Amino acid sequence: MTPSIEAVQLTKNFGSFPTVSGLNLKIQGTKCVGFLGPNGAGKTTTMKMFTGLIGTSSGSALINGVDVEKDKKAALASCATLIETPEIYASLTPKEALGMLCEIRGVPRSERNKRIDEALGRVKMTEWEKKKVGSFSKGMKQRVNVASTLLSDPEIIILDEPSTGLDPRGMSEVRDIVRSLGDRLVFMSSHLLAEVTEVCQEVAMIDHGKLLVYDSIENVTSKFAGGGGTVEVGFAREVDDQVRAKISRMPGVKSVAKSNDRHLSVSFDSKVVSLDGLFESIAGLKAGAVSFEQGKGLEDAYLSLIKETL
Amino acid sequence: MSGSQTKARVGTLAQIGTITRYNFLNYFRARRFYVMLAIILLISLLLTVVVGYYRPVSFLGLPGEPVSTAVLGFYGAGWGGFVSLVVILSAAFFGGDAISGEFQNRTGYFLVPNPIRRSAIYVGKWLAALVASTIILAIFAAITLANGLYYFPGNVPWQFEQSFVFAWVYLVAALSLTFAFSSLFKSSSISILMSVILLLFVFSVVDTVSSAVVGIEPWFSITYGAGIITSILMVQYPPHLQTQSLGSALGGANRTGARFEITTYNATVPEGLEILVVYFIVMAVIGLWLFERKEFT
Ligand SMILES: Nc1ncnc2c1ncn2[C@@H]1O[C@H](COP(=O)(O)OP(=O)(O)OP(=O)(O)O)[C@@H](O)[C@H]1O
Ligand SMILES: [Mg+2]
Repeated sequence: MTPSIEAVQLTKNFGSFPTVSGLNLKIQGTKCVGFLGPNGAGKTTTMKMFTGLIGTSSGSALINGVDVEKDKKAALASCATLIETPEIYASLTPKEALGMLCEIRGVPRSERNKRIDEALGRVKMTEWEKKKVGSFSKGMKQRVNVASTLLSDPEIIILDEPSTGLDPRGMSEVRDIVRSLGDRLVFMSSHLLAEVTEVCQEVAMIDHGKLLVYDSIENVTSKFAGGGGTVEVGFAREVDDQVRAKISRMPGVKSVAKSNDRHLSVSFDSKVVSLDGLFESIAGLKAGAVSFEQGKGLEDAYLSLIKETL
Repeated sequence: MSGSQTKARVGTLAQIGTITRYNFLNYFRARRFYVMLAIILLISLLLTVVVGYYRPVSFLGLPGEPVSTAVLGFYGAGWGGFVSLVVILSAAFFGGDAISGEFQNRTGYFLVPNPIRRSAIYVGKWLAALVASTIILAIFAAITLANGLYYFPGNVPWQFEQSFVFAWVYLVAALSLTFAFSSLFKSSSISILMSVILLLFVFSVVDTVSSAVVGIEPWFSITYGAGIITSILMVQYPPHLQTQSLGSALGGANRTGARFEITTYNATVPEGLEILVVYFIVMAVIGLWLFERKEFT
């Protein structure tokens, strides 16, 4: 069975205030879906309904077809979750806390130690595995929380801003972890659009508790990024102003900014020049271009979508 | 990570066991357990010193009194005088924030979004609290017993054994009540405070007002039911209903002819046990119901 997450007319009111209203979203298959939206849009609230932390006001949240509110145990049977920033019993060690989750999730006894060691290794917390969590910093705790999602070989992983509170290396490690999750359905909320672009294939955007769009990143970018985009071009050697000038004279190029000695940020109008056309032209300069990364497309799409609804 | 699926569903009983073990570990390492231990050791030390030094009649009996009467006095004054406090403090310490703490400290975010029923978490935590507070109660009983055997060698009245069992049943009921309180409030300190105030003061006041002033048997009160813990240690189990005319109690000074009667009720053993068991069940149902509906917001 392919893993799935589905919201059907999912609604949550706090008082009379609708936080999530009539959300319909069906995600199916093994892929990573970014969940985007401004502060207070209802991302966490939606994810809490999917994990049984709060009830629904109406509608339903289904995981693999099972209604979370009716049978959380069955719905979350092959799910790992990380919602907001959980705390761990202060007097337990990471090893013990993860041991508890292994038991709850049914990781076979013979595999538990291996899984725990592996997970703690992935988040670089091995050296702390026997210290009490109570003395940990926020980021260290979050690393253990991230490790907790790697224990039970889940089909579905729900992550709510997993890199909250992590240092730059930690964020990049989380990115690598999420990317390496492979054959799973990952549903991840994030404000880091670069992270989402890097690890996700699709995005769902919500605002004011309503779904704005759910599509692949390419489609969202090409539809909503205002017909333009930005690419980050990397060079093997320092780029001189001559190269920069040549690129800025190419058709469709709106501006060229120097990101650093070896990187140029090129923004272009996709109605005039296609991404591959631009790539070929820049490569044709033989100026030592070595990388070509699609940059702020998602950010542009995000900005135009979110602005439109305010 | 391999593709091998390891989603053997875990039975609810096994999950309850898991929650109990780790919560007990957490209790056992927390300061609270040692504060509670210090409290009972202090009480025990005081009792030991007072009895050993002053040799009060209330503990050691009058000269010429039968030993069977004196030994009951010893257990009644020492154990009987403090066991309620020990039960109440244990129930409040270990149960008063068991659920509210999961919300306030955000540990629930680690535990709840897992394939486990909330009721399994509740029951598991309750059992952990029961084990922790039973240890406290047992230590208190053991010290009492050691003292008792010193003054009355080889003489442990059956009433003390029963009193211990009743105290444990009271503990079970009180924990059920404090757990329900901890599901009601979101703040740990408020739920602990409310539990202590309720069990230590409110119920006793209700008992007194109800029986002495209104003249209704306080069958609805948990502390009334818990009265059997001390009643059993009396030489004569107190009568179910005692009426005392205030006039005669004051030495026949009521020239006006007005009659004030003070009624005192004492729960019989079956009645007391029944009250405690009903408290346990009703509070467990209420607590579970509250926890199932409580939201992590
Ligand atoms: N307990 C509550 N009572 C009232 N309103 C609430 C409650 N919890 C959340 N809300 C409201 O619900 C809305 C959505 O909150 P939510 O946490 O889901 O947003 P979010 O998309 O996760 O935002 P962020 O990006 O800041 O994490 C907010 O406007 C918030 O004020
Ligand atoms: Mg949020």
